[in-house]
This record gives sequence, structure tokens and C-alpha cells, in this order.
Amino acid sequence: MTDETAPAKKPKKKRLTRLQLERRRMIMRSLGAGAAVVTASLVGWYPVLNRMFDRLRPPGALVEDKFLAACIKCGQCVQVCPVQAIKLGDSDEGYGLGVPYIDARSQACDFSCDAVQCVLACPTGALSHDIAAKEEVTMGIARLARPDRCLAMKGEGFKGVVQGPDFEGMLRYEEIDRWEPIKVADHPYDLELCDLCVRECPIEGAISLVAMSEGDGEHRFVPTITDKCVGCGTCEMMCPTEPAAIVIDTEMSLGETS
Amino acid sequence: MSMKWYAHKLAMMFGAKPRRPDKAEETDAARDMKKFQKTPEQSAIRREIIAKEHEYPLVSNKWKYIRWTSIILINLMFVVSFSWDVQLVEGAMTASRFLGFHMADPTSALMVTLAYKDLMLNLIIGTVTVAILWWFFGGRAFCSWACPYHLLAEWAESIHVFLANRGWVKDHPFHRGLRVVLWVVFMVLTFLIGLTVYEYVNPIGIVSRALIYGPTVALVWVIFLLGFEIFFTRRAWCRYICPMGLTYGLIGTAAPVQIKYDLSKCVHEGECRAVCLVPHVLEITKMGYAQDTTEYIAPDCTRCGLCIDACPQGALSYTFRGLDKVI
Repeated sequence: MTDETAPAKKPKKKRLTRLQLERRRMIMRSLGAGAAVVTASLVGWYPVLNRMFDRLRPPGALVEDKFLAACIKCGQCVQVCPVQAIKLGDSDEGYGLGVPYIDARSQACDFSCDAVQCVLACPTGALSHDIAAKEEVTMGIARLARPDRCLAMKGEGFKGVVQGPDFEGMLRYEEIDRWEPIKVADHPYDLELCDLCVRECPIEGAISLVAMSEGDGEHRFVPTITDKCVGCGTCEMMCPTEPAAIVIDTEMSLGETS
Repeated sequence: MSMKWYAHKLAMMFGAKPRRPDKAEETDAARDMKKFQKTPEQSAIRREIIAKEHEYPLVSNKWKYIRWTSIILINLMFVVSFSWDVQLVEGAMTASRFLGFHMADPTSALMVTLAYKDLMLNLIIGTVTVAILWWFFGGRAFCSWACPYHLLAEWAESIHVFLANRGWVKDHPFHRGLRVVLWVVFMVLTFLIGLTVYEYVNPIGIVSRALIYGPTVALVWVIFLLGFEIFFTRRAWCRYICPMGLTYGLIGTAAPVQIKYDLSKCVHEGECRAVCLVPHVLEITKMGYAQDTTEYIAPDCTRCGLCIDACPQGALSYTFRGLDKVI
């Protein structure tokens, strides 16, 4: 203890106090910085808690919360996809930052790779390795969201290129090249009755056109989705109306409607 | 090296203050050397050496440029693997495949495991591979030889030093224990929330992904961090925050690749401490602070080699642990 009555000791004591103050300031600053970093990291929880993003996840993805947890955000699935259907989330998606998703309308998963390459590439099992064939995938399920726009339901055909000549999306046409997907824009159609969602569906028996019984039914058909649908989104990408008449419901949107 | 002194060096990595070795820790050779260096003749010689150095300053950037090349090449491998589809290193810094072999960042892998609460074989294989690789090169050697954020932070640091030398900015250091606290907090949060909380602010992941898959809005956070390091706290992220750096430090506690300090060559100028990312590990270069006549720098050292370039006396050098004694 310093003797407080001795004036000679005072300057020394004052200097010590300043050092202590400096140290205290440093500790406070450190606590502040630590709190700031932790707070910043928790900001990413908000969009996830509020389910602000309804993303179609790649084949084999675990249920959303487990998927976000297990994904190591490396993008190896992005790299192996032959049609580059997989994109990575940005900061606005919170903990979905760096997590893969598919925007089916701009580029669907058309299973060009045959053996779900993204699943094989995933180092963590966020894309479950239990899946070995495209038929086993459960990404979502297609739904005729805008029946009034559906050309088949109007009994109309389709002539031209899907989503216009500037559309970047790719699709594998088995009859053209079994191995190389080509641009959808390079493949014009001339159909008497639009059946693109059925014609280009990569899963057998997932969707079919059923004749409507009412009215002048012979020329009008309803795209009907069976439980074989895996939710790859090819029908959504290939739907020639704008916006697409048929869309994919994800696990999240199905959870919200039921 | 005595166990107690080694334990002290470990404790320094967790935030303990650097200190002098006590009488029991100090070797006889070191004591004799220090006594010899304190003789009037030696002090005069030392002053002369230092004066001459200031007249003809010797600046080497050898290791710095070799290291920058290493960081750029490693990250370029990731970039060209995807953009040119050469499949050399697929993935990003958090996890990848090198020629098909799994690699995983130990911290990211641990966090994913804590969030998902399941062990994943590929991740274990990848983590062990990376841990062995960086154990060999010295743990935190990852930071200075591979981490893409390190390079950006190094450039930000040179701006900070430039401004600080003119008195325009001032370094506001944090307590080094902060990194340990944050490491634990992030692990606990990851486990409790069940989501990879840290990845949201991880500049290494953000920069690595931005390089490979294209820029994202997340880069704003990285730019903010770099600005903070320029204007407020020198090397804030690498020194006081990064949990990945601490994990690599732990991995490299007994690494073969070391930086060796030679007391007999040292003139105690402190050039090395001025350039060091983790200057507490170089406290041993202060007059009277060495424990032995030759000593390996503490585990927190990133083996960046800036001190080797900075030392005009060649008192610091790269070495393999134990090999210098065999030869």
C-alpha cells in the first residue's frame, strides 16, 4: 500500500493510476469488441428465424435447419454441377450465407449429371449421401400455381424458344446429346399443344397431361403431378409463360401452407 | 527448454503477459551470455553496430515476397480449379478436395459438428489431414502462408503503420485473451443455436468464396474490418479475434518448422518486434528476457518470417525442431 500522507509518493501513485486506467480502458474496449463481433454474428440468425428466404435446396439436402447446420459453406456442390444450377446465398440470407440453393426458374436441376454429383461432392452430408439416384430426391414438389396461364389448359400450342432468345438456362436433350446439356435458347419448339413440363421432365411418371372433362375438353389438358415428383424445377424453368404457370413448392412453403 | 517455460509460452497464446524467465528457468549458458553482453566492451560494440545499421539500413523483403507468392498461389489454385475446371483443389478454404483428398478447416469442421451434432467421416478425415499438414509447417503458418484474409490485412496494416508514423492514427490494442473468450463463446453458441454462427462473420470464408464464386455483399463486412484495422486497431482480427488462428496455434504447439532465436547474435534493437503480428512471442529478444542461448519462438508464432527479414544480425532463422542439433 502507498502512504497517502507522503507527498513525495504522489506522482508515482498518479502514474500507476494512469497505467491502471489505461489497462481498464483496454479491457473495456476488448469487451466491447467481443460483444460487437458476437452481435454481428447473431444478426445472421434473424432471417433464418423469420424464415425470410424460401430456398429450393440441392438434391439430398437435409431438412432446412439441419441443412444450414451441417453445410460447411465450401461450394463443392456448385463446382460439380454440369448446368451450374447451384448458387450460394449471400449475407441477406443470414446463416444461409455461402449455403447452396437452386433458382429453378433461371436454371433448374435437370439431372444432367445422372448420379447426383452434388451429393457425392458434399464433404459433410448436408446433402445426404443416402441418395444414390435422381428418383430418390425430395427437394420439393411441383404445383400448377397459375392454372389460368397454363397453355395446355387453354388448349394452346407453343412456338418459339422458352423464356426468350436471351435466356441462359441449360438443359440436357437426350435426343440431341446424351452427355452435353445445351442452351434452352438454342432449342426452339413448335408444338400443337404445349406439353413442355411433361416432355422435359427428367423423372418418369412425375407429371402427365390429363384431359379436362368439362366443356370442350378434347383440346384442353391439365398438367397433373404425381408423388413421384422430386421437385427438381425443370418444369418451372421450361414453362413458356411469364411468370411460370407451374412452380416448385419447397419443404418450407409446404410447411407453411399445411 | 524447461516444461515451465514452455507452459508459459502456451499460456501467452491464451493471453498471458510475456515475462522474464526466473532464475530457475534461465539456463547457465544464457545467464553467462547475458552477463557477457552487459560488459562495457560488448555494450560499446553493440552501440557501434546499431549506429552503423541506422546509417546503412538493411531492408530485406525476401520471406515476405515468398510468403505472398504462397498465399496467392494457394488461393489461385482454388480459383482456377473452378473457373478453368482443372479440379486441382475443389471447394473453398472451409472445406475442399485436393486432388480428390478431403481437406477441412479444423475450426469450421468443429463448428459444423457442434451445430449438426453428428460425426461425419469425411470431415474427420479432412480435418486430420489438414491438422497434420499444418502441424508440420507450424500451426499458425496457415495464417501467414495460406489465409487470403491475412494478405488483405497485411496490406491494411501497412497503411495503418504509414498513418501511425505520421501520427494520424493510433493503435488501440485489445486484450489477447479476447480470442480465447470468443473461441469458447462461438463454440457454445454454435452448439446451443445449432447453426454455424461464426461463419456469418468469418472473413476467411467470405474472401475465399468471393475469390472462387464471385463477389458477394458479404464483402462489405470484410471491407469494414479492414477499415477498422487501418484506423483503429492494428491487425484486430488476426491478433485478437480469429478463432481459426487459435485452433491452428493449438495444432502447432509442437511443430517441426520453427523460427529459432540466437541470443549470441542479437543486439536487442527490437526491429523484429516492430514488424511482428504477435510481438509477445518475441519478448524473448529483449535484453535479459531469453531463457536459453538459442530458443524456438512460441506456438502463437505464424512463421511469417517478417522478423527474419527485419533482423540485420541474422539472429532469427527458420529451422526444423531438433534438426539443428542433429547436424
